[in-house]
Amino acid sequence: MNSPDLLSFAFAPYRLSGMVVGALLNHAPQLDALGDAVRQPPHKAPPQAPVLQVKPRHTLAADGDPIVVPAEAGELEVGASLGIVIGRVACRVQAAAALGVVAGYTIVHDVSVPVASHYRPSVRLKARDGFCPIGPRVVPVGDVRDADALAVRIDIDGVTVQRTTTGERVRGVAQLIADVSEFMTLQPGDVLMLGAAAGAPRARPGQRVAITIEGLGTLRNALVAEPGALA
Amino acid sequence: MRTARVAVAGAVHSARPHPQGLQLANGRVFAEHEVVWLPPVEVGTVVALGLNYADHVKELARELTVTTRDEPLVFFKTPGALVGHRGVSRRPADAAFMHYECELAVVIGAMARRVSRADALAHVAGYTVSNDYAVRDYLENWYRPNLRVKNRDACTAIGPWLVDAADVPDPQALALRTRVNGQVTQQGHTSNMVHTVAELIEYLSGFMTLQAGDVILTGTPEGVVNVNVGDEVVTEIDGIGALVNTIVGDDAFGR
Repeated sequence: MNSPDLLSFAFAPYRLSGMVVGALLNHAPQLDALGDAVRQPPHKAPPQAPVLQVKPRHTLAADGDPIVVPAEAGELEVGASLGIVIGRVACRVQAAAALGVVAGYTIVHDVSVPVASHYRPSVRLKARDGFCPIGPRVVPVGDVRDADALAVRIDIDGVTVQRTTTGERVRGVAQLIADVSEFMTLQPGDVLMLGAAAGAPRARPGQRVAITIEGLGTLRNALVAEPGALA
Repeated sequence: MRTARVAVAGAVHSARPHPQGLQLANGRVFAEHEVVWLPPVEVGTVVALGLNYADHVKELARELTVTTRDEPLVFFKTPGALVGHRGVSRRPADAAFMHYECELAVVIGAMARRVSRADALAHVAGYTVSNDYAVRDYLENWYRPNLRVKNRDACTAIGPWLVDAADVPDPQALALRTRVNGQVTQQGHTSNMVHTVAELIEYLSGFMTLQAGDVILTGTPEGVVNVNVGDEVVTEIDGIGALVNTIVGDDAFGR
């Protein structure tokens, strides 16, 4: 998308900055499922700080934009994440005050080529052009009663394939803002992804993915084969 | 030609070198210390390379699970990580090992999507110097290198000048070094890069569209040592520039 009007909305800060950073392995059941592997090489210890990824501007896409499946991948992993839209500069924010820096919430489709490793997976798998659709709108923080308890649903070709919530997180919205802003300042319009739930479904070229988060609407993107790839 | 972006006299200006320091486009001349040096371009995406010098790979061999034949080790930074020439970077009081990394920074000038290495350098606007600090105490083996090590506020210095690509005939023929309080602690040469600038642009543009203003930090050679509060760290690349940064402590931030 990369448009200067990147998801503009009618309240401060009025538009997204284009900076998107997101938590990974933030769903407690997903981390638990790794079992003792978290203490084995190459990890050697469970994560202490939030596990994070950056989705740079070339990954950003809008509701309705197609997602290109690279020829060598075949299918993509559909990560459904709450997007926390920052409203005020957040530097070393305490968890108790963290919701005060939030402008609102949106939906982020965290697309990835499936990869088993959490050690040092290549950004080539997670940060391809258009691999971060955001939308369809930003809902003001005051309209969301409890961002840590929203129903999340993924439909592929009209069939519901996953029902989860924004709960059960290692760090909920407030704690995530606190721990990230301890070392990197978040600016108005930045988006912080809470992170997807365990068991992210996969989709293939030709399929239509719809992510619905309670109160935030539905983010729809279809997968298309890379031009030149075999169907 | 070399250009800088500086804040002075209430505005942001483009500046060029001048015998007394630098000269703004409007003609005014200032000494180097009279202006605030910003990153020399309005930076878009910051792409950084780990382990891209053969000698540095050898230096870290004990803890590594990579070889030089692997795909480039790429990570991203966010805008808040950057700080200009003569800026300061914070060393957390609880850290035992924070080190600099002198790196050639490549500034993209023309959009690059699936370009070959043969055509890659035509997409480069110019080059500058970076000092990509790492706080090694915070290294965790999850999605390495993790942001808490490598994406800290104002811990990636960049500048002072953008040197036009036309003035750098071969980016793989540059000597670079770091001085801490005047002592040379790191020396290297861009000919020792595992993946050259052209190869990196080919690789990156194969999955991400590089846009004007995007910056590629091409990795650092061997010779990274700890720095302490009060140290003046100068990362220098022949023909590109000398980037000055000073380490400050938590107290400067009211911590």
